[in-house]
Amino acid sequence: MGKQDHTGRLRSEVDALVAQNQFQAAVLRLRDLWQYESGTAAAAFVVSRFEQLRNKIPLANVRLAILRSFTVEPLVPLLRAEAFCAGINVSVQLGDFNAYGQEILDSQSMLYRFAPDLVILAVQTTDLAPDLWRDYAQLSDEAVSEAVSRVAGTMQQWINEFRARSQAALILHNLEQPSGPALGVLDGQREPSQSGAIHRINQDLRRAVSATRGVYLLDYDALVARHGRVSWRDERKWLMARLPIAADKLIHMAREWLRFLMPLAGKSAKALVVDLDNTLWGGVIGEDGFSGIRLNAEYPGAAYQALQRAILDLTRKGILIAIASKNNPDDAMEVLEKHPEMLLRPKHFAAIRISWNDKVQGLREIASELNIGIDSLAFLDDNSYEREQVRAILPEVTVLALPEDPLGYASAVRDHPVFERLNLSEEDRQRAGFYAEQRERSRAEQSFASKEDFYRYLEQEAEIVPAEASTLTRISQLTQKTNQFNVSTRRYTEQQIADFTRRPGWQVLSIRVRDRFGDHGLVGIAITQDQDEVCEIDTFLLSCRVIGRTVETALLAHIAHSARCRGCKRLAGWFLPTKKNLPARDFFRQHGFEQSKQNGNGTLWSLDLTRQEIAAPEWVRVKTLAGESQ
Amino acid sequence: MTSTILDQIRIMASDLFGVPAERISAASTPETIETWDSIQHLNLVLALEEKFGVQLSPEEIEQMKSIGEVAELVEGKLQGTPN
Repeated sequence: MGKQDHTGRLRSEVDALVAQNQFQAAVLRLRDLWQYESGTAAAAFVVSRFEQLRNKIPLANVRLAILRSFTVEPLVPLLRAEAFCAGINVSVQLGDFNAYGQEILDSQSMLYRFAPDLVILAVQTTDLAPDLWRDYAQLSDEAVSEAVSRVAGTMQQWINEFRARSQAALILHNLEQPSGPALGVLDGQREPSQSGAIHRINQDLRRAVSATRGVYLLDYDALVARHGRVSWRDERKWLMARLPIAADKLIHMAREWLRFLMPLAGKSAKALVVDLDNTLWGGVIGEDGFSGIRLNAEYPGAAYQALQRAILDLTRKGILIAIASKNNPDDAMEVLEKHPEMLLRPKHFAAIRISWNDKVQGLREIASELNIGIDSLAFLDDNSYEREQVRAILPEVTVLALPEDPLGYASAVRDHPVFERLNLSEEDRQRAGFYAEQRERSRAEQSFASKEDFYRYLEQEAEIVPAEASTLTRISQLTQKTNQFNVSTRRYTEQQIADFTRRPGWQVLSIRVRDRFGDHGLVGIAITQDQDEVCEIDTFLLSCRVIGRTVETALLAHIAHSARCRGCKRLAGWFLPTKKNLPARDFFRQHGFEQSKQNGNGTLWSLDLTRQEIAAPEWVRVKTLAGESQ
Repeated sequence: MTSTILDQIRIMASDLFGVPAERISAASTPETIETWDSIQHLNLVLALEEKFGVQLSPEEIEQMKSIGEVAELVEGKLQGTPN
């Protein structure tokens, strides 16, 4: 059998590459193998080989605790294989069967001692509400509503108790409906009903989750429905091994978990770069012409419109879109601007590269124009040659696999976990517009003789205020995503940020920048801690959108000034170098700091506040809670 | 046919038990392969069900005592003959 030869060969190739220290190539082969054969056996192989590679390749680390009422052991290798292929090393701790109640309540439990980044609470309807699941037909109306409040109350209590003891993210499975109601079609005719009761619990749960930071709902009921209730559950395995999910459905559970892991591990694409011919429309514009390409609401043009809609939806999650196409620019732009069936227009794209250069170069240019890392790009192209070239030369780019049939393109985009987001800030919703403003700024910049003249013309205004409830999402997001102008690259969850704001001696400041072209939104953060007359900068970062416009100096000057007012004698901060934060390397030196300590991780810089000042740039108007300056 | 299914199951067992496929034969049992414990037995069942699209009953799962028996069981299922 050809397939068997292929998987056997991929395995041998992986082992040969590992033996030759060709780690990156081994990772590519492992991803191929996993894409080709994502099952229980391959998962064991993929995980064991990634374990060998773990210290040789860059991986994000996530500690995951799973609290459960059923057997999840076979899911763990599937999840770890998926996560490894996405660049994440997940360490998993499993709670004992049905011990989740005690584990959550006991601050000394195995759960909290493990210090997880993320906790999944996977509990089934049959365990939590056996009366509603199994005995529904025998219940009185009062017993039904009592069961609903009992279960919803219990879950709410878990959320509260957990949050009181841990800052980790919590993911709660909601409750699945039985595949057939106990009373048959009669269930649809009554109030209360069995399905209505479970639905009410899930609604309460949704409310509870949205009211608590860092607690997320996994819509298990919808997941089961999507894959078919009848075939999802395996009653025999449930009775035999407490495993309720059928063998061929386990991978879907693992992938659903991955959707939460990816954004929490900072593995999110910031931009999707798309091809044009045979991707955004059917056919080749240079050959088929404006009226010959396939794009409309009927078959086969509908497949391409569906893809465009999926891409447009990404922009509402704050994901930028860009074009890399080998084409005659005039032909392609005419379609983008004028084709009546196009949903995507030039204004939606943050960067456009239409030329005869190769895609690798296009992707590099786009990353640099948008000021984001190559590893923040996802790439969509119908041409498998282009995809393979990008995978081989730029392995850090997420290359989307596309099915043969264009009707599958839209779901390839919608279902990809690299586009998952757990929170949405106001900045996310407006991001596409920021880049259009940015293009105008760059144009203006070129018309000024000196930088200072340009800064004056910009009329920048910086609002520096302490973190508040409404900005925690954005602040945490910036610590997770900012790689370049970031002195310490410390990643924090919303809960951790909230915790800092309550600690004595700690300050969490955010900076919002506006100029004559528009509002950049909340683009920078500084976190400081006062101790023994030293104000230490824990975090200082600025979004790439505003680097080099001197607002970083305005923020630092504000910090120095207020530290002095609080009686601090020194201002200090570590610069911890990473592969990406070169733009922040000279930040402290340039503002008069001196090196005071050095170790394997970085350099501690220090400024004597009793003798030195940091001058705020005259062209940035600063607004603080205390009022305006300049 | 026999050799093909057996070979596929040997690769599967090699993945799950962390033992090179060359060291796995029809005669391999939980006694000869140290890592073939109850968790891996469940994983083997799941891998077989996934890959061959078969359903194994609790009785059949209990009776799988060697790689050869596993291969025979799967072959029987794929040929639609009762086991």
